[in-house]
Amino acid sequence: MLQDKRCPNSIGVWGWLGGGRWGLERYLYTLHRLTGLGILLYFILHILVTSSRVFSEKAWETWMGVFSSPVFKIGEFLVYVAFAYHAINGIRLILIELGFSVGKAEEPIYPYKSSLNVQRPLMIVSIIVAAVLIAAGGYDFFALAH
Amino acid sequence: MTRKLQKETDITFHIRRYNPDVDDKPHWQKFIVHVEPGMTVLDGLHQIRETQDASLSMRYSCRMGVCGSCGMLLNGRPALACNTQIFDIASKALTVASLPNFDIVKDLVPDLTPLFSKHISTYPYIVRDDADEMLNPTGEFFQSPDELTEYLQFTYCIKCGLCMAACPTMATDPNYLGPQPLAQSYRYTKDTRDDGFNLRKKVVGGSHGAFRCHYAGECSNVCPKGVDPARAIQLMKRELVLDYLKLRKHRTKSAILGKPEGVKRRPEIPEAPCFTKE
Amino acid sequence: MRETKLWTWHIFTGIVILVLLGIHMITMHLDGILGWFNPAGGEAIDWANIVARAKLLIIAILYIVLLAAALYHGLYGFRTILFELGPRQGIQKFINVLFWILGICLFVFGTWAALKFYIIAHAG
Ligand code: SF4
Ligand code: FES
Repeated sequence: MLQDKRCPNSIGVWGWLGGGRWGLERYLYTLHRLTGLGILLYFILHILVTSSRVFSEKAWETWMGVFSSPVFKIGEFLVYVAFAYHAINGIRLILIELGFSVGKAEEPIYPYKSSLNVQRPLMIVSIIVAAVLIAAGGYDFFALAH
Repeated sequence: MTRKLQKETDITFHIRRYNPDVDDKPHWQKFIVHVEPGMTVLDGLHQIRETQDASLSMRYSCRMGVCGSCGMLLNGRPALACNTQIFDIASKALTVASLPNFDIVKDLVPDLTPLFSKHISTYPYIVRDDADEMLNPTGEFFQSPDELTEYLQFTYCIKCGLCMAACPTMATDPNYLGPQPLAQSYRYTKDTRDDGFNLRKKVVGGSHGAFRCHYAGECSNVCPKGVDPARAIQLMKRELVLDYLKLRKHRTKSAILGKPEGVKRRPEIPEAPCFTKE
Repeated sequence: MRETKLWTWHIFTGIVILVLLGIHMITMHLDGILGWFNPAGGEAIDWANIVARAKLLIIAILYIVLLAAALYHGLYGFRTILFELGPRQGIQKFINVLFWILGICLFVFGTWAALKFYIIAHAG
């Protein structure tokens, strides 16, 4: 009989963060999760807060007054950044996960190229687009001080 | 890859030891190994076993990247010990540990049983309804070279478990099927001789199936055979979604080619042996 | 199989959000650059502007669609993350029920607010 005693050896949540010699796609995956969680939290608060307009103009102005302080302004910008990233990376993921940009199966020849190489141009383009959106948003948030 | 010509030198192996008889937790142990150019990590481990510590346990058999027994975590990255040149990954020291996401049996030996049972659960064989033909074949099934290419890549899997060790979802969800079984389910689904998608979709489209993959892409990065499980999983998702939307094209399973006619068996070729398995 | 269904909707709502929230974000955050949908000028969140926008029925409808899509997408995503932590079957059931209730409550509240404000905007 084999011994029954085993030592559990799962990496646990740390495995989600990667931690060292992983590819860029893994960090994008982690970032996608984090931004998603951040947006969800903001979104639920957002529903509750913006509904205040129903009660009166004053309730609305009070809340908007609270949120125009610099701390919230930066917080809001972070949500915008998260959204821009999540949206653009989301397009990339949809294309990949529905099998449009992973390429066809092919005979592996060393050194191996994988579907990661196939989607890489898409990944680079999406990072650039996200960066441009974030820059434009930052300009609107901070430079066009209104 | 251009490989620098290395001179022989001493390299420190940090090995994660675990002996179920005496240890509660794994611990690290240091060995100094004299390494010559051309030595693989497996060679280094052999040297330790022969000259320093005979109790070091590892699993290997082919020592040429074919059997898939020697998967280990080398410098924090899953790799085959027999397929990795020491000088490719280390100039002074390296770490060797058992494959993560699998329980440790002893030292560097992971318990791969979950991999095999998950693999079996995805019906990794040709499923057809003509049982008669399967048992007493009257001819061969037709398949074109193009149809072969659609799944050939995924048949190279050697069940080493490196992809499972690299997968972030596997790190927390022990019930997740994992890259290897999912890739194999696609390999058989895509096979034109097969007709088992409706069986497989129940497992693969379930809550521990293909949709727990989010394309972190690690499995394809570490696979030693270029199987690219990440690609197979995405293509499987596509099949599942198309099936849900009722857009999946119906495919008639490949026809049986009749036996060649008008040829005689050469006298020196013996009859095929009878079935050894019921 | 169930997961295939839920995930397909996750992707579908993702695309809906992409379009609608894209419009929303352009209205709110690129207003300085583009200045769309701000009939009264000034800030996108000025009272006059939100009243002006709320007069359009299409805006109320789009808000409600966006609300439903975003709640589904967000809660399914969160559920995915929680499920991947490998909770027991019972806890998974609990999460499912909890998220459905949470989602429906928020949806009802948000819809009520959007319609109410549409009426207010027209009255005032
Ligand atoms: S897919 Fe690759 S890494 Fe995974 S078990 Fe098969 S050969 Fe190993
Ligand atoms: S010993 Fe067979 S793959 Fe390494």
